[in-house]
Amino acid sequence: MLRDITIGQFYPVRSPIHALDPRTKLAGTMLYLLSLFMTDSVAGYVIATVFLVSCIKLSKVPFRFMVKGLKAIILLLVLSVSFNLFLTPGTTIFELGFIHISMEGLLTAGFMAIRLIYLVIGSSLMTLTTTPNALTDGLERSLGFMKRFGVPVHEIAMMMSIALRFIPILVEETDKIMKAQSARGADFERGGLIQKAKAMVPLLVPLFISAFRRAADLAMAMEARCYHGGEGRTKMHPLRYTEKDRIAYIILFIYFALMALTNLLPF
Amino acid sequence: MNIIEAKDVLFEYVQRDENNNIEEVNEALSDMSLSIEKGSFVCILGHNGSGKSTFAKLLNALCLPKEGTVLISGMDTKDESRLLDIRKSCGMVFQNPDNQIIANVVEEDVAFGPENMGVPTDEIIRRVDEALEKVGMTAYRFKSPNRLSGGQKQRVAIAGVMAMKPECIVLDEPTAMLDPSGRRDVIATIHELNKKEGITIVHITHYMEEACDADRVIVMDGGHVVMDDVPRKIFSRVEELKELALGVPQITELGYELRNAGVPIPLGILTREELCQYLIPLFKKKGVGPADA
Amino acid sequence: MPLKVEHLSHIYQQGTAMESWALRDISFEVEDGTFVGLIGHTGSGKSTLIQHLNGLIKPSEGTVYFDGEDIFAAGYDLKGLRAKVGLVFQYPEYQLFEQDILSDVKFGPKNMGLSDKEAEEKAIDALRLVRVDEKYFSRSPFELSGGQKRRVAIAGVLAMEPKVLILDEPTAGLDPKGRDEILESIDSLHKERGITIILVSHSMEDVAMYADRILVLDGSELKFFDTPKEVFKHKKELKRMGLAAPEITYLASDLRKAGIDIDDTISTVEEAKTEILRLLSVEKDKA
Repeated sequence: MLRDITIGQFYPVRSPIHALDPRTKLAGTMLYLLSLFMTDSVAGYVIATVFLVSCIKLSKVPFRFMVKGLKAIILLLVLSVSFNLFLTPGTTIFELGFIHISMEGLLTAGFMAIRLIYLVIGSSLMTLTTTPNALTDGLERSLGFMKRFGVPVHEIAMMMSIALRFIPILVEETDKIMKAQSARGADFERGGLIQKAKAMVPLLVPLFISAFRRAADLAMAMEARCYHGGEGRTKMHPLRYTEKDRIAYIILFIYFALMALTNLLPF
Repeated sequence: MNIIEAKDVLFEYVQRDENNNIEEVNEALSDMSLSIEKGSFVCILGHNGSGKSTFAKLLNALCLPKEGTVLISGMDTKDESRLLDIRKSCGMVFQNPDNQIIANVVEEDVAFGPENMGVPTDEIIRRVDEALEKVGMTAYRFKSPNRLSGGQKQRVAIAGVMAMKPECIVLDEPTAMLDPSGRRDVIATIHELNKKEGITIVHITHYMEEACDADRVIVMDGGHVVMDDVPRKIFSRVEELKELALGVPQITELGYELRNAGVPIPLGILTREELCQYLIPLFKKKGVGPADA
Repeated sequence: MPLKVEHLSHIYQQGTAMESWALRDISFEVEDGTFVGLIGHTGSGKSTLIQHLNGLIKPSEGTVYFDGEDIFAAGYDLKGLRAKVGLVFQYPEYQLFEQDILSDVKFGPKNMGLSDKEAEEKAIDALRLVRVDEKYFSRSPFELSGGQKRRVAIAGVLAMEPKVLILDEPTAGLDPKGRDEILESIDSLHKERGITIILVSHSMEDVAMYADRILVLDGSELKFFDTPKEVFKHKKELKRMGLAAPEITYLASDLRKAGIDIDDTISTVEEAKTEILRLLSVEKDKA
């Protein structure tokens, strides 16, 4: 049953967003995140909201999947909002004992919260509409220019894709070893921190050995199938920009220009 | 013509300590000579440590002989400039189904070999179609390998090799980790590839039953070939096989036991049908069978 | 009566759309000292069933009794149970983790609260039972051959001195010699120590040779629980389940179809030899 775990959170439907090249989506996400930090005006936030909501609508992914990612940053959100709220000096609008809340503080905190939330939803939108494979592919191609600076882009992408394949297998294996050691009376729950850490040895040693064995086997299998790095490799599904991507880039450009313009506005 | 030509091969596993001094040398193969004819189906038997897996790795240039030569379609495995050609013409399938599938989608895994070889996109797609069809896995094309059974994964691995258009496939205990139905499927697949596509098959196995349908059976022990003959002749040598810590198929064993007890039947009976064919007349002669009316 | 399974069902992901039955209303009893062969196609529920027997998985319905006590009742000592009902998983050599073999085998008895000395005694005893030579005791388990590693791993469970030993395909992936050694070790545990054995296997031949009773699972349900002779009579049903009777049984049935009056419940080479020779010689005497 553990094999059913999906890495990433791809939501399989057909939509204009799903159909985009992963590079377009990567670039779009980057630009969107950048734009959030560029603007400081209400108009900017209005445009960013409209843009995000339209993208979500287009993607056909239910809204509740978008907000799932927010759970992970709730603590961060609360902390940064309260810091901004209580520690920003300015015109006091509310006072209770040692707590001061200023108009400026309220605004900064509000903007900060919106930024963080949009940031998470924006990147969720990308991972929800792009398979992990396509994402790795997109990263490899988009970051291809870094090869010139000695960054092993192909190798990193290959590692990511292998990790995606083996994580579910290793999760299952962990479960199996845990059960096997439990059958020999091992107890993974009882005791203090040190005892618990000690109890992990019979789990971790076999797990590591197994991972190394798999790695050695896999390396041999890859070699046997003529793998010799990224040099001279072709692809069954090479990434190709289509008309849709061109349109998406134009929309992105217009959005970004608008966001830049908002900085010139007085409100 | 011989596709595989191994001559006087010596191979050692050298264990070194931290200071790179030689600690232990284990001879895995010595004095190993073997040629395999193009288009044949050869089974290699031998207990663990007999050197059969090492031999398999030599055929794919994953290991190189210390002495002697290994020629694949006339190419010396020591010739580094031909490395990819050698691996292309002699593909390999390994024991563990999980540890040889690289991609997260079946079709992408099958494409892995051709992609490495730099085959153009359209051609890759054609080869993947064909290879999946040949192993009967077309229906699983877009599935994740994690959702397949062991036998299905092995067939994907075979498709991955087929997509490289090999002349020969070496399978190193491909059925050891499978259940009986997975085993049957894999065996049926490789026999079909041999018959229909003319692919040379070198099948290394522990299961004696799987060797019965081979054109030729090679038994290895102590790092070299000790028997080399057609299955019937090999399985006639029951005592020798037992001494080599190998068995014989149950029907063969029964035939052998009966013969030892004085029943007049030949050695090396491989199938139930054959044994029946010899036993029924004997029974009839004794009047145990139906009256010949 | 050490082990009794009553109306046991297990449902994976109950209450979701992915809900699936791994086991459906399984009931059986294993008498002391029996050798049970557990057979079933991959996915028939074998692994899930055996993990219930020592309390590693909790049932959705029904329960398991060991020595008359409900092992899933509140407050039942599950850790103690795991010593009495030993479970050897598939490819058990992958759980070895200690520096040397003896320490690895001591892991179980030490978890049961035994002193180092007592644990060592039990470990040495267990290693002898599976015929691991003393000269290996201080070696690393990772230096051994596949068959040896597996026997060490089995000793790791045996050292807890279980009354019932469950083994999930203990011969998978081994060569013929390794297979024979493991099966002989298990058989001698059964015969000499009177340990109840539950052997999960894909090989009808192995099961026919050693088991007193065969339990057949198919599609999460218990289909047969009977002596090998009785179970192998159901050749058609076995085939439909993707299983098969041993080759020898098919030979006997082929001969019988040809009109020869042979006992077609035989399943091992030994039985077939005796039966065929009997038929041939009895008639000889008549003549």
